[in-house]
Amino acid sequence: MKGNIVVDLEKCLGCHSCEIACAVEHSRSKELFQAVAERPRPQKRVIVEGCGGSNLPLQCRHCEDAPCVRVCPTGALVKEEIEGVVLLHDHLCIGCKWCVLACPFGVIVAAPDDKVMIKCDLCQERAKAGRLPACVESCPTGALQLASTAQLAGTKRREFLVEYLQDR
Amino acid sequence: MDQEKRNQRSIDPATLAMLDRAEAEGLETAWDRHDRQEPQCGFGLLGLCCRNCNMGPCRIDPFGGEPQKGVCGAGADTIVARNLLRAIAAGAAAHSDHGRDIVEALLHASTGQSPDYQVKDRDKLAALAGELDIAVEGRSAEEIAADVAQAALEEFGTRKGTLAFLNRVPEKRRETWSKFGLTPRGIDREIVEVMHRTHIGVDNEYVNLILHGLRTALSDGWGGSMWATELSDVLFGTPEPVEGVSNLGVLQENEVNIIVHGHEPTLSEMIVAAARDPELLELAQSKGAEGINVCGMCCTGNELLMRHGVPVAGNFLQQELAIITGAVEAMVVDVQCIMPALTSLADCYHTEIISTSPKAKFPGAKHVPFEEEKALQIAGEIVKIAVEGYPKRNPERVFIPKEKMEFVAGFSVEAILSALGGSLDPLLDAIKEGSIKGIAGIVGCNNPKITHDHGHVTLTEELIKADILVVETGCTAIASAKRGLLLPEAAQKAGPGLRAVCEALKIPPVLHMGSCVDISRILVVAAAVANALGVDISELPLAGAAPEWMSEKAVSIGSYVIGSGIFTVLGTVPQVLGSENVAALLTEGANDVIGAAFAVETDPLKAAVLIVEHISDKRSKLGLP
Repeated sequence: MKGNIVVDLEKCLGCHSCEIACAVEHSRSKELFQAVAERPRPQKRVIVEGCGGSNLPLQCRHCEDAPCVRVCPTGALVKEEIEGVVLLHDHLCIGCKWCVLACPFGVIVAAPDDKVMIKCDLCQERAKAGRLPACVESCPTGALQLASTAQLAGTKRREFLVEYLQDR
Repeated sequence: MDQEKRNQRSIDPATLAMLDRAEAEGLETAWDRHDRQEPQCGFGLLGLCCRNCNMGPCRIDPFGGEPQKGVCGAGADTIVARNLLRAIAAGAAAHSDHGRDIVEALLHASTGQSPDYQVKDRDKLAALAGELDIAVEGRSAEEIAADVAQAALEEFGTRKGTLAFLNRVPEKRRETWSKFGLTPRGIDREIVEVMHRTHIGVDNEYVNLILHGLRTALSDGWGGSMWATELSDVLFGTPEPVEGVSNLGVLQENEVNIIVHGHEPTLSEMIVAAARDPELLELAQSKGAEGINVCGMCCTGNELLMRHGVPVAGNFLQQELAIITGAVEAMVVDVQCIMPALTSLADCYHTEIISTSPKAKFPGAKHVPFEEEKALQIAGEIVKIAVEGYPKRNPERVFIPKEKMEFVAGFSVEAILSALGGSLDPLLDAIKEGSIKGIAGIVGCNNPKITHDHGHVTLTEELIKADILVVETGCTAIASAKRGLLLPEAAQKAGPGLRAVCEALKIPPVLHMGSCVDISRILVVAAAVANALGVDISELPLAGAAPEWMSEKAVSIGSYVIGSGIFTVLGTVPQVLGSENVAALLTEGANDVIGAAFAVETDPLKAAVLIVEHISDKRSKLGLP
């Protein structure tokens, strides 16, 4: 996997722009003004939750040992070998919701008709075109980033070092 | 920047040359800032964000999820309608407050308080006085002007129930307005009532809200804007056909260049006069300049070119580019459509941005407060600042694109009547027998969301090709001027019917009718044609369009145009699609109430098809070929 979506809690203003961009990306037209008129309505795969003054856009973490993949009885949920993305093949989904029970983050939700589940696919179509996920691109403050684990760890190390040196 | 992206920004060669220059100089423009705003907020684009109270801000999920209601319980319909109304109110306020300034200028001219202003068109003053039942016999122009100005001021906070110019509206239209509660009662009153109704917990019913929005817009079109036009004509002269030159190539390499930018003619008229002062011309020569070149921009430009043929440097999206020429000593601004970006851009050059209105200050600008009482003196001081800045110009940084184009403008209603030989009949006959299929008013702004000038020019060219006479104002008219469409020779681009009429009358197929408040002139023509044929405006083969609109003023204009019964095509998507009910009311339901509705079409070629079909439909309903 090239990266996963990481959030800078201090930068998220809770504007929900990522939710709209996500729904538009998963619409037929991929264009806002047309997407709002589509039926069935396009659905978002990222949900902005707030707690204690902090906001956190939550979406699938694409776990290495994904509990949803393990419990899925039909093989609708799979961990892709190459990019490491957890994908849901909705034609195989029977809507049993075991994945909802298994997911520790609550980021797999039911479609409005309750028949199949929907989740983040890390914008596979955009990825193939070399573009960032829609939520990352839409974030006006840059709170959402696509980063590899190595990049994330590197940033963390620098932050730690700066703080450590300042404290001394 | 890659070529494809560059060429999507404008079709105007002067603009493209200046965009290349801006990139080379590392300077940003509105197009760059628009790119950085992408993707724009979906809630805002759909009109689904409400900031009207401090329980919020609230947003509605446009995809049917939660939340579907704001804290107060307002749903998408209420929120979208309230936001639309506030945009109409802001637009109507801008036009009408401009109108009020002109009324006050006339009042002060009539009392001798501002001696630099006099009544220039006594015939028009007398005609207006007649309309308002003000006595003219044996009275001086000043006495009449004072009464007219007082009557006009009364229109803003009127206690007499309705507006004076409704006498110009066809009877059937007045009946429709009366039936649906659309008759404007006073200019300020309707705007205030918008702010009241859209306050938390007042009007929550979207149809009721939008009906009041139309009434507010009508108080602009038939009130504030119309007063601005009529009294500007009285003070500064009613426009007559006049020749001029347009585009950035009007800036002079060896002269002091002053650009007057904004909207009201009160100051700019005096700048034009001051720039002819022999003492200032001598001062300019002593600084090494060959002369003083005053050019207009946006609607100030339109006011000046309509009355004096003053060169117009460009339309809305060219204001930054004018500064990047490095050849502008001063850009003198008053109100509306003046980008805050100008001052930091001017910091990169010797250009002074000179603000003049107490209503509009700009951080980083030199503020020279304009007072009507000392108008010419202050205008002289402003011109002097520009002249003294000439030696600071760095010739190595001067880059003036060569493009410029001649035009003929000045088509006031009076000028059109005169071109027709004093009566509407030749126009009516041409429409009846079909050499002219109909009339389209194309107006509005520029917007980086649409390729600059492409919306205006493409739609205009398509419509004249289809024998539709085009009347224009504002930034649209400047786009057509730059393209050569305002020349009598442009009749060659028109269909055979329109071409023959234009060639017989020696007029262009596209008539420049003035600034954005002068859309009121188009209303007057529409009403006069309807009255002459004994029908409602909505029955006529007319259409409106705003291919590149962006401002709140345009929202008010669009609303009073459909409120007056004219089908209108918008070239950028209004912020209403978050409510299917509101969108359906504006694009379909309105037909059942006011006999006209909006269409939204971002492709000008497709917009032209919509207008041609609409006009053909109206013609067949009137039994015309």
